[in-house]
Amino acid sequence: MIKIEHLSKSFGEVRAVDDLSFAVREGEFFAFLGVNGAGKSTTINILCGQLKKDGGTVQICGHDLDAAESAVKSLIGVVFQKSHLDRALTVRENLRSRAALYGIFGEEFEARLKKLASLLDFERLLKRTVGKLSGGERRRIDIARALLHRPRLLILDEPTTGLDPQTRRLLWNVIDGLRKKEGMTVLLTTHYMEEAADADRVLVIDGGRAVASGTPHDLKSTYSCDYITLYGIEEEVVASLGIPYNAVNGGFRLSIESTKAATDLILAHSALFADYEIVKGKMDDVFLAVTGKRLSGGEEK
Amino acid sequence: MMTLRTLIGRNTRLFFKDKGMFFTALITPMILLVLYATFLGNVFRDAFLSGLPEDIILPEKLVGGFVGGQLISSILAVSCVTVAFCSNLLVVQDKANGTIHDLTVSPVSPTTLALSYYISTFVTTLLICLAAALLCFIYVGFIGWYLSAADVLLLLLDVVLMSLFGTAFSSAVNFFLSSQGQMSAVGSIVSSCYGFICGAYMPISQFSEGLQRVIMFLPGTYGTSLFRNHALGGVFREMEALHLPAECIDGVKRSIDASIFFFEREVSLGTMYLVITGVTLLLIGIYIALHTRRYKKTSK
Repeated sequence: MIKIEHLSKSFGEVRAVDDLSFAVREGEFFAFLGVNGAGKSTTINILCGQLKKDGGTVQICGHDLDAAESAVKSLIGVVFQKSHLDRALTVRENLRSRAALYGIFGEEFEARLKKLASLLDFERLLKRTVGKLSGGERRRIDIARALLHRPRLLILDEPTTGLDPQTRRLLWNVIDGLRKKEGMTVLLTTHYMEEAADADRVLVIDGGRAVASGTPHDLKSTYSCDYITLYGIEEEVVASLGIPYNAVNGGFRLSIESTKAATDLILAHSALFADYEIVKGKMDDVFLAVTGKRLSGGEEK
Repeated sequence: MMTLRTLIGRNTRLFFKDKGMFFTALITPMILLVLYATFLGNVFRDAFLSGLPEDIILPEKLVGGFVGGQLISSILAVSCVTVAFCSNLLVVQDKANGTIHDLTVSPVSPTTLALSYYISTFVTTLLICLAAALLCFIYVGFIGWYLSAADVLLLLLDVVLMSLFGTAFSSAVNFFLSSQGQMSAVGSIVSSCYGFICGAYMPISQFSEGLQRVIMFLPGTYGTSLFRNHALGGVFREMEALHLPAECIDGVKRSIDASIFFFEREVSLGTMYLVITGVTLLLIGIYIALHTRRYKKTSK
């Protein structure tokens, strides 16, 4: 679906994207993870034809972006970081003018509008001006705008930043549904670890370069450890295992290098493991391991 | 074509929904009319009467018609350009608030996008200038009406032509702007300068010779002259009917730029139309080329 090779883009002395290569398969949910300024949005803006690249090649659905920009644009839908709808116009007026950009008019538009309004639950907002909508309501209209022309690739540039958990859940349910029903490919940029963890594959980007990629499971297996939390046991016993640990609420958390090593440990000391839980490392650990940075709301820590 | 129509509808709706944009554009010709009638009417009257031979006494209505014709031609000449600058803000606003990205992320052609801004600005400029023309006609009706139906139609044609020119001029200039501050600055500069350099505030014949030569190369000069000829056509015909000497009428025409000369050669009305039309088409071409260049080059 997307094939990017040796993509580069600089702003003066700053190399925003530096020799970036990756591919996204058809129907895949692909996440781009990185701190603010890592090069995520620059890459997205190049894919959408909003920014000129300095070097490299970009192919989308078999079309070279340089040679067939118009064809590429008709295949992609974009939800920008910030809503770019006309605040003075109603939801219907906004969507009508945007649909016209793709040659969708009259009954075809009305049918598509009805379907999207039902899917994203905004029928009652159609006559409201966009400027008077809440952040969550506006985001739903942004997504409807991106889906008007039934794109094969949906690009979401930090779509849930600033939204309440309920609206975030609604948006992800809709996007998941569309992916499953219409086989749509989704490219997401985010700094929310839990959103990246739901992706089929994740690319971690730092300083404009790809620093790690794979499925969330592979990344966690490679770059983080497993954690066993033991309850109802004395600290001296835990210490005697010779494994790094720290005290947590009502127990002790042991860091184990892999799931296999955790299984071996439990089998070897089965008497100690009467009350315990085992979890894999999180994407935060992966991110810390590959970039040396922690993510908190997109800000580097 | 439907895409263009829908985009024009969007742009026009946005203009009229923004009360600030609409009233700013509408108020310009109104202020000009009040200022002209209040402060410049007597100046024009005195200048006109002092230029006539002492033994010629004209009816008060004809003097009023002359002053009124001169005032409305100046107002309409200035308004068509300054209103266009006030109306042509959406292209800059779309850039300032990022909406342009939402439009150019689609496969819509840059030419369609450019034309949608141009046509919607022209429509709003024309509506406001026609409203201004109506006020001007009412004013002239009170102080001395000598316009024939043909004069009125030709004046309205001038409004259309100069609105097309003003929109093209403002489109080519506003293309380079990207913030509200820049827009305000350019709007102020145009509002204060254009009236002088097109000969609306002061007849070109009163400028120094060097400046006159420069101004003759500016297309707005010919627009003002078209307005002068059509707003004062009836007055000149009445002067002829009253058997005023031809030299005297010619002198009046020259003094208010109804007759203008390009290096000693009188410019005909046909040539004036050609100049305005040609420059308008050239500016539209430049504007579309700029749009196409900017929004095509992004992925190259």
